[in-house]
Amino acid sequence: MTTLDVVFVLLGVVAVGAAVLVVTTRQLVHAALWLVVSFGALAGGYLMLTAEFVAWVQVLIYVGAVVVLLLFGIMLTRAPIGRSADLDSGNRWAALAVALATAGVLVTVLVRGFRTAYAPLDVAGQGAAKPLGESVFRIWVLPFEVLSVLLLAALVGAIVLSRREI
Amino acid sequence: MNYLILSAILFTIGAVGVLVRRNAIVVFMCVELMLNATNLAFVSFSHQHGNLDGQIIAFFVMVVAAAEVVVGLAIIMAIFRSRRSSSVDDANLLKY
Repeated sequence: MTTLDVVFVLLGVVAVGAAVLVVTTRQLVHAALWLVVSFGALAGGYLMLTAEFVAWVQVLIYVGAVVVLLLFGIMLTRAPIGRSADLDSGNRWAALAVALATAGVLVTVLVRGFRTAYAPLDVAGQGAAKPLGESVFRIWVLPFEVLSVLLLAALVGAIVLSRREI
Repeated sequence: MNYLILSAILFTIGAVGVLVRRNAIVVFMCVELMLNATNLAFVSFSHQHGNLDGQIIAFFVMVVAAAEVVVGLAIIMAIFRSRRSSSVDDANLLKY
């Protein structure tokens, strides 16, 4: 096992463990905080994959904005802050079946399809902001503009939805 | 390769969370977890193939996820205001 493997295993265990805790914990605020841990481990994984810019955007958007927004949502809906027993819905067995099926299909497809794929690590600076920005504004500029319109629409939609007199 | 398995596992955990949990905000967190798993798959594909397109698509997925969280939380707030509850079991009518 190389150092990269060891770091990957550590990050993977942290990410999966935190994700399991998000799903199983009985306290809402703890779920949001474990989500931060899971996203942070994923950002470390992006760094290991030499995707620096995506890693920092992950930290900024998910850890910085999305989780704070979710915490605001928890506070605003006056959710029970302490331990609450009725967080799980009744379809536990359906969830188990879906879990096994999804895991089986995804792992089988990925392992069979990409067993011979390899990951070269000597592409230094590939995921830096400069080549990424050049690619966004040369090749992907139309989706970029469409996404800016989508963000504007989401902004207006959120304001309209959260007005009192609907 | 390993990253793809990690992404599959995270996606599965998110799917189970969407099915199992009852509070709408926790369901949202699980959706975010699934989106992150797909992002990890995109970035690791981009790393395998040596070009940047996967990373850019991951970036776009993050933007769409941010928009989705904003609108979703607004909807949850609207439901909470009319039904005084943020449980997905109470929002079982598709009409106002």
